[in-house]
Amino acid sequence: MTLMHKLFGATAALALTAGAAMADPAIVFDLGGKFDKSFNESAFNGATRWAEETGGTFAEVELQSDAQREQALRRFAESGANPIVMAGFSFATPLGDVAGDYPDTKFVIIDAVVDAPNVQSIVFNEEQGSYLVGMMAAMASETGTVSFVGGMDIPLIRKFACGYAQGAKAANPDVTIIANMTGTTPAAWNDPVKGTELVLAQKSQGSDVVFQAAGGTGVGVLQAAADNDMLGIGVDANQNYMYPGSVLTSMLKRVDNAVYNSFIAGEAVEPGIQALGLEQEGVGYAMDEFNAELVSADMQAAVDAAAAQIIAGDITVHDYMSDESCPALSF
Amino acid sequence: MDLLTLLQLLDSTLRLATPLLLACLAGLFSERAGIFDIGLEGKMLAAAFLSAAIAAVTGSVWLGLLAGIFASLLLSAIHGLASITFRGNQLISGVAINFLAAGLTVVIAQSWFAEGGRTPQLAGAARFNPITLPGAEALRDVPVLGPIYYELISGHTIIVYLALLIVPITAWVLFSTRFGLRLRAVGENPAAVDTAGISVVGLRFAAVAICGVLCGIAGAYLATALQAGFTKDMSAGRGYIALAALIFAKWRPVYCLWACLLFGFLQAIALRSDLIERVLQFNIQSQLLDALPYILTVVILAGFVGKAIPPRAGGEPYVKER
Repeated sequence: MTLMHKLFGATAALALTAGAAMADPAIVFDLGGKFDKSFNESAFNGATRWAEETGGTFAEVELQSDAQREQALRRFAESGANPIVMAGFSFATPLGDVAGDYPDTKFVIIDAVVDAPNVQSIVFNEEQGSYLVGMMAAMASETGTVSFVGGMDIPLIRKFACGYAQGAKAANPDVTIIANMTGTTPAAWNDPVKGTELVLAQKSQGSDVVFQAAGGTGVGVLQAAADNDMLGIGVDANQNYMYPGSVLTSMLKRVDNAVYNSFIAGEAVEPGIQALGLEQEGVGYAMDEFNAELVSADMQAAVDAAAAQIIAGDITVHDYMSDESCPALSF
Repeated sequence: MDLLTLLQLLDSTLRLATPLLLACLAGLFSERAGIFDIGLEGKMLAAAFLSAAIAAVTGSVWLGLLAGIFASLLLSAIHGLASITFRGNQLISGVAINFLAAGLTVVIAQSWFAEGGRTPQLAGAARFNPITLPGAEALRDVPVLGPIYYELISGHTIIVYLALLIVPITAWVLFSTRFGLRLRAVGENPAAVDTAGISVVGLRFAAVAICGVLCGIAGAYLATALQAGFTKDMSAGRGYIALAALIFAKWRPVYCLWACLLFGFLQAIALRSDLIERVLQFNIQSQLLDALPYILTVVILAGFVGKAIPPRAGGEPYVKER
């Protein structure tokens, strides 16, 4: 019942404080829900860390449908919450409509760009993190074939696939890369059965390492990898612990840091675009006790060297979203 | 395309077709008795959740399966109560069941396990594991037949074989037993059945209960055989595809098998765009393949290929004449 309590609590809090000025920050989670072991959970962890460290409180809401996006933003803005952080590219359109109506409220949108004087847009250089895990995949592969399973076929997910393919090619120019998307509707984020079948199809094409950027579908991908003696690669949050010994690493996207920093900055959040890459520790790869045996010292050294070169600008990882094309992979 | 690739494709077809087939046969029993059921999706989802939850807690997949069937039966009972006893609209009741299942599963899962609407991962005896049929290893090297037996026929979970077995059983029950005759009659002309002194309500409840059991097995298959745990909305529209298959099969058990295998094959081939390109020399969008089951169903419904005639009393609550 905690979810219901929280929802009721949030509604009650909104009702009570409507009209009264309250400078508490607020966060709106996307449809995956805040315990998705991935993107939203990472955002939630950042907010929780802020609350624990500062003793402050924050308002939150989990959306149940697309129609609630604008409503949630307006309610928080009316209640005086500031800043309002939203996790997910789907907020771009509603925020574009809402931002102008509340010029004194600061909004932070993660994963999309909204051009308004009171909006900070945080985007991640996912291609850089994906590049690193792509290198690791190609080095760990014994068959010379690695694969990718995406969720919904959108440019953002192609950006992951493209970075991954570039990294794999950099580590082994002869590598074969198979990339599949689960679907073209939001249902593609929650279809683990199809995720599993995709992995089996990729295995029959020779792949032995698979990287997933597929939300709930990704659970099925990692499961299938663990069941079939393959290596999986997690995404967004550290997913190494889910199948110890079968998850090579996870491509970290530090949504928690983004939320935490926005909450710390409070009303002083600077409008504009912030791109978080390797340099800002916005993306990276995960090492812990669960994958220590899978990653050799050579592998780690090579990846760390590549990371340093990317930061120094010696390696440029192509961003799919910049021109909707990928040099290492055709979709 | 070599034999092994073809077998892998058919293997995948069989796995993907199994939940469709079970749900399709579930719908068959219900609709043949005159109760339309668009709540297949919700029942599968509820069964997937409870089977995974109980399997995770007890460590026994068989208890999980029973729990899944129980969850599905419970929703069937609600559907029966609303549409048979209280003569409500069957479609609305079905939609309500889908919503109820989608919401409740996540809320209860979060409350029990606090893992974000999932159940813990299942392992070992808490899952249906693939069984290797006798002699599969030994016959593996026999040309042609060996790989077919080893790759395609052997190595599935027991539910796959069970689902295939249920097809002839369904055909026999519906067309060769007294119960089946009455069940079909109640979907065509309930007044005649009533005149003969047989309980329309009783028969319809029996049909809805069988539907619940089969949906329960389908849901348990999703969560404890194909996957190792429940995730939110994991049925992903399979209940609706099963309904489409039911119409495509013109409400006949053996046709249901072929329809579900065809739809399963379409899903499986959609995962292998490389094969399509190699065989046909051009690429077909996977979206088109995903939509094909529905397109085919519309074609059938429009009467281009044969005629799909639903049970005549379907969707109508039975009111005894006074």
